[in-house]
Amino acid sequence: MASNHTVVTDPHPLYGKLTLDAIPFHDPILITTFIVVLIGSIGIIGSVLYFGKLKYVWDEWLTSVDHKKIGIMYILVALIMFIRGFSDALLMRSQQAIAVAAESGAGYLPPEHYDQIFTAHGVIMIFFVAMPFIIGLMNIVVPLQIGARDVAFPFLNSLSFWLFVVGALMLNISLFLGEFAATGWLAYPPLSGLEYSPWVGVDYWLWSLQISGIGTLLTGVNFVVTIIRMRAPGMTLMKMPVFTWTSLCANALIVVAFPILTICVTLLTLDRYIGTHFFTGDMGGSQMMYVNLIWAWGHPEVYILILPAFGIFSEVTATFSRKRLFGYTSLVWATACIMLLSFVVWLHHFFTMGAGASVNAFFGIATMVISIPTGVKLFNWIFTMYKGRVEYSSPVWWTVAFFLTFAIGGMTGVMLAIPAANFVFHNSLFLVAHFHNVIIGGALFGYFAGFTYWFPKATGFTLDETLGKWACGLWTVGFFMAFMPLYVLGFMGMTRRLNYYENPEWNFWLMVAGFGALIVLCGILVQFYQIFSSIRDRKKNRDLTGDPWGARTLEWATSSPPPFYNFAKLPEVRDRDHFHDMKEFGLAYKKPESYAPIHMPKNTWAGVVIGGFSMLLGMAMIWHIWWAAAVGFLGIIGSFIAYTFEKSKDYYVPVDQVETIENAHYQQLAHANDKRDTADSSEIAISI
Amino acid sequence: MNKSRTKPIRLLGLVLMGMLLSSCDLVLFDPKGPIAQQQMDIIITSIWVMLIVVIPVMIMGAWFPYKYRAGNKNNEYKPNWQHSNLIEAIVWTIPILIIITLGIITYKTSYSLDPREPIKSDKPAMTVQVVAMDWKWLFIYPELGIASVNEMAMPIDRPVEFLVTSDTVMNSFFIPHLGTQIYAMSGMENRVHLMASEEGTYPGLSANYSGFGFSGMRFSTLATSEQGFESWVEQVKGAPEVLDEQRFQQLQQKSRDVKPMHFSSVNPHLFKQIIERYSGGSHGE
Repeated sequence: MASNHTVVTDPHPLYGKLTLDAIPFHDPILITTFIVVLIGSIGIIGSVLYFGKLKYVWDEWLTSVDHKKIGIMYILVALIMFIRGFSDALLMRSQQAIAVAAESGAGYLPPEHYDQIFTAHGVIMIFFVAMPFIIGLMNIVVPLQIGARDVAFPFLNSLSFWLFVVGALMLNISLFLGEFAATGWLAYPPLSGLEYSPWVGVDYWLWSLQISGIGTLLTGVNFVVTIIRMRAPGMTLMKMPVFTWTSLCANALIVVAFPILTICVTLLTLDRYIGTHFFTGDMGGSQMMYVNLIWAWGHPEVYILILPAFGIFSEVTATFSRKRLFGYTSLVWATACIMLLSFVVWLHHFFTMGAGASVNAFFGIATMVISIPTGVKLFNWIFTMYKGRVEYSSPVWWTVAFFLTFAIGGMTGVMLAIPAANFVFHNSLFLVAHFHNVIIGGALFGYFAGFTYWFPKATGFTLDETLGKWACGLWTVGFFMAFMPLYVLGFMGMTRRLNYYENPEWNFWLMVAGFGALIVLCGILVQFYQIFSSIRDRKKNRDLTGDPWGARTLEWATSSPPPFYNFAKLPEVRDRDHFHDMKEFGLAYKKPESYAPIHMPKNTWAGVVIGGFSMLLGMAMIWHIWWAAAVGFLGIIGSFIAYTFEKSKDYYVPVDQVETIENAHYQQLAHANDKRDTADSSEIAISI
Repeated sequence: MNKSRTKPIRLLGLVLMGMLLSSCDLVLFDPKGPIAQQQMDIIITSIWVMLIVVIPVMIMGAWFPYKYRAGNKNNEYKPNWQHSNLIEAIVWTIPILIIITLGIITYKTSYSLDPREPIKSDKPAMTVQVVAMDWKWLFIYPELGIASVNEMAMPIDRPVEFLVTSDTVMNSFFIPHLGTQIYAMSGMENRVHLMASEEGTYPGLSANYSGFGFSGMRFSTLATSEQGFESWVEQVKGAPEVLDEQRFQQLQQKSRDVKPMHFSSVNPHLFKQIIERYSGGSHGE
């Protein structure tokens, strides 16, 4: 751990700062975790080799440029990182539940360990759970929703994914090799500077964010271009599904906001590596500049997370209310307003810095103004249900749970936006409760709704509904128990990131919060069991039609899972709810008279290989092993150049292959239709 | 989980919460000074104003999906209804009106509760210089020539101007009972005016994470009568230790859970020197 570690100031030419005491042999928890992870990895890799699946994994997944597969891999990594991030949450909740003491040493986690945990928790949940989860969903859904065959730059998409994986991997390696930052998730200097954080923790933070952040930026570029340029004929902007709209806005935010993160992280890197003074406490550095820059990225970031969730709720409410979405135009405008406003509110994260009344008033009011379009959105979803036929599927459960929690989160957000009130709420547990309230109750519940909703599209079978509802119930009850006490503790004057505290009155509420976290844990276990049991029963849950919910948008017009080229014939869009429209007029499931060859991108090794070299570069920079960093850097450049020299990057799928795949799909449809006719269970007629 | 099963649990939760809330010490609703008092009023007003829209949202958010459930075939079903000027007008207007109201409150209170705004009082303000250190608070009384660590005293009903800086990383100076916190940053002087109107000992803390000793960075605020304050000053003046350069360097060493200390005299320029050390570039030389 950091404080006990002797910092190597003069890196060895061969090993850099890396020494044997970088491995935490003294910590039984970490060593046990390490062994479990090691056995797990060997098990997975071993079984891939044993069953001779290496070629399959390489050809079909690692080198794939298929947006659907990349999306699935994003979500898989997000779920794995979620286990880690949530374990951190449980460690913190249990520490705070027992650590009443006047002096350091209370509980079971010393500050040197605990402070790394809360830093890692924040970094993981935002960068390596929420971001990949939503980028994964966008990957799976957006090209299908706009009637495209892939994203605009398929290789870039694969590269984005692998850069993100590198960031996630490095963050996990920090657990067993060295340390992670103990600075809080945004690593404010001067604390994150070399003087106060001399070892490698902050460097892990810098390089994992830098590399995965560049991946995210590439994703943003990719999706903006995809949505602007690759929509099916007839799909004008105002005929785009709302999820595509919100994804467009979120990706536009990524394109504008992530370069700020890149620059900010780069400047801090320069401070730590070559002795510049951008953000140091002295020599003319400005810590306030860092805080401004990081939040100029950080605030748009929360809208990057939540806007697509708003899109998911729009799709879910319209589909399951069996009704057109209420106020589409106003929803789109509200989204665009939020996108623009999210750039003029960053200062509300530090009213207490002392900027002065006029500045604070401006940013306070700008923040409140965001609540207007957000409130309108809530009303739009609620009025979509009005005079509908709401079916209580588990995505609807998540949506209703969202209504109830998000209303509270929005209210406390506006309270925090009043600078004069913020002066007592800032950095208190009230704030912690607020942002969990909107990120869990808003973004995450939306992702879960979307995960359940689009799961059959990606995999070909539905998730177990009963277990899904149990998960939602447990999550909601657990959420309220875990976070409402934090609002109370905020009123009691408890500040965030405490390792121990003197006030015994806080203890009760922290125990309640800890208990709430355990209920959330039950919800998570149910979710994992839900995934497991649904995979086990996949034959029974098979979605034969490609439209298990009776949905309205284009992604449901193709089979589940869709063929790798998505659509044999690109649709011509006439209506906002185009697939619904097709079903109404009996145009759905019509077999086209002929097929044409389909132009598709080839898989490429370049994404995963460049990712590998980036990993080498990142790890070498963290440990100051300059020769390895040079190898990594040249490897990245070299593989990129080699890739550009490849002549055949695309090919045409021959007509007979398309025909074979499509015929199988139409047979399946006929089979599904027979089954429905005999069961006579559905109201939705399928006309073939 | 179905509704009937969770209902009693939730009800029980509500009752328990009400009981506990009335018995526990909600510092922000128990203000001990005019600044904190006004902040509490703003918080309560904003809650009431926002409930105008939050309550309908929560009721409609639960009631509409219930009323228009698929099983209830008696309800009107309008699958193609997607627009209503009236509803749009209402759902845009009401939030706008609420935000205008709150915006006016925000604008006014941003000025009236600006930390730099002196508190109106017939008594002259007292100045206290505050330095965040690893991991304790140093208080310097420039007018009295004394200093203390992790304990400060202030007479009630007399405005105090706190000048705040840091000799280390960023911290935030906060006494929840008295209101407004302000960042402590090296090389800079921040200012906050506070006043206590009731006698008592109020906990103070750092509200911005500053490293491993952060949790122990607490101090006591002794809000006393004028006489009580006088006697505290006498007590400090009688302390055996003085805060000279050497003692200050000792103080700069990292230490955790530091007990209160008193210094009978202090270099009157210390505060300025600490700031200049970081702004002039001589630090570390």
